[in-house]
Amino acid sequence: MGQTLFQKIIANVTGKENPEEGSIIFVEPHRILTHDNSAEILKKFKSIGAKKVWNPEKIFIALDHAVPPPDENKALNHKLIREFVKEQGIKHFYDCGIGICHQLLPQEGHVIPGVVILGSDSHTTSHGALGAAGIPIGRTEAASIWAIGKTWLRIPESIKINLDGKLNKNVFAKDIILHIIGDLHSDGASYKSVEFLGNAVKNLSISERLTMCNMVAEMDGKAGMFPADEITDAYLKSRIAEPYKKIQPDKDANYYQEHTYNLEEISPVVSKPHNVDNVSPISELSDIEVDVGLLGTCTNGRLDDLTAAAKILKGKKVKEGVRLLVYPASQEILIEGMKTGVIQTLVEAGGELAVPACGPCLGAYGGCLAPGETAISSANRNFKGRMGCKTDTSIYLGSPATVAASVIAGKIVEPPKEVFS
Amino acid sequence: MKFKGRMWIFPDKNINTDQIFPGKYTYDPLTPEQMAEHALEDYLPSFVKEVKKGDIIIAGQNFGAGSSREQAVVCLKAAGVAAVVGISFARIYYRNAINIAFPLIQCPEAAKYIFENKEQLKDNEISVDLVTGLVEIADKIFKFPPLEGEALNIFKVGGLLEYTKRKLET
Repeated sequence: MGQTLFQKIIANVTGKENPEEGSIIFVEPHRILTHDNSAEILKKFKSIGAKKVWNPEKIFIALDHAVPPPDENKALNHKLIREFVKEQGIKHFYDCGIGICHQLLPQEGHVIPGVVILGSDSHTTSHGALGAAGIPIGRTEAASIWAIGKTWLRIPESIKINLDGKLNKNVFAKDIILHIIGDLHSDGASYKSVEFLGNAVKNLSISERLTMCNMVAEMDGKAGMFPADEITDAYLKSRIAEPYKKIQPDKDANYYQEHTYNLEEISPVVSKPHNVDNVSPISELSDIEVDVGLLGTCTNGRLDDLTAAAKILKGKKVKEGVRLLVYPASQEILIEGMKTGVIQTLVEAGGELAVPACGPCLGAYGGCLAPGETAISSANRNFKGRMGCKTDTSIYLGSPATVAASVIAGKIVEPPKEVFS
Repeated sequence: MKFKGRMWIFPDKNINTDQIFPGKYTYDPLTPEQMAEHALEDYLPSFVKEVKKGDIIIAGQNFGAGSSREQAVVCLKAAGVAAVVGISFARIYYRNAINIAFPLIQCPEAAKYIFENKEQLKDNEISVDLVTGLVEIADKIFKFPPLEGEALNIFKVGGLLEYTKRKLET
């Protein structure tokens, strides 16, 4: 019997030839990712008497969840983290404003195909976009890994998703993954790894793959992955020097489930309140008026996302009374967007440009909703209260193009096809 | 490893980490007792006022969906909840619970039985035995697979921090 991509990655990093599904193995991660939660993690680390981290070169910390800090508690978190980074000689530290952890990890060359990345953030699944196993964990576990350098994993069963056909012009990677989540539901991949295969993957960029793997968290996947290919090579060429293997799943691997999607049949969709699997084609919605559009986050804050939105907003204005929040996922993306004119277009249309960071995605600061308001967001969660207020608020999730078209119309509409010809 | 307590019956599926512990508090430095003040705030605001030590939550499908925030486990434990018996749990939530030694019992038969007979059973107490893997409610007994392997080792010593501390000491 052949092996899934997950099994082969585990074999690659542990040397164990045939890691059986359901078996428990111990793994040392290539990187352990943490963010603002490092402040609480370092307190746990110290509470057990740990003095030195197991390997300061494998620890990655980015400050992104409350940036710039909106109050003294969050500012103190950052200060404690900076002191810890210095004390421990942690090599890969990205201070406020450089970007969101899930953008920086691949962008700065920390993700290579065939490795295991552990992260104390649920969207660590993102890193499967480069053929790595990105596995989310919690704070206590991150503290333990800082101390002893390994943790246990149960080898999961895998779900194979075949993608065929070509996307329509106003349909994006976000629509594909929302469509799939609507189909498989919020626990459709619980304790499972998801592998994206099929003829259409060669047409999906790393940015699009990051969007899809990021959202695998929303069907409770342990990991979501695209096997590395030429597109991965092209992305990594200028970012890493170390060699890697382009690990592929075996053709005769055993999958728990297989699903096939023809991309031509997918239309622009949104997740309706208050759960990500509550997916509907936009064409089937009655008029949904919006107050706020959120463009950005680890799901959809890359240059292609901002560019798609700018194509729609070029020469147009956000409807009076509606706000558009623009959070590029990293400083590099912000600068690129300034060079290409995309940022200017978004700001001229009425966008409120913010520092590269998580913003109001998790409702901690920077654009929270007021009671009764409705948002159209390119983020990953629409849980009740997610954007900081639970009183009669509604969050709809869609592609960046859907966000752009909707803030012009003042209601949720499909992105226009014409601008993408 | 044996508990008996009153029940909070929550049949809804996908009760998520934002409902259990809202994101806006995630980066505030809170003690477990302070976290407990926000337990289930965006799901059932009256919960924290009425919960008693030893209570047991009966949860639906995919309890704890969403974020990796561990406070969503800690806040229930600190509020006095002894265990959650559920149809199923989200993966990170389940793992976090092992790491802080908070018992989550995946026993869909027991949870469904309680949901189906909610009116008759709501004032009964439920018993859970983590060692034998048995849930008892009224005159019914349900089995669940007890923790094993590394997860059990972590749980037994009181959580991953204590487990790691012992590893560092050896």
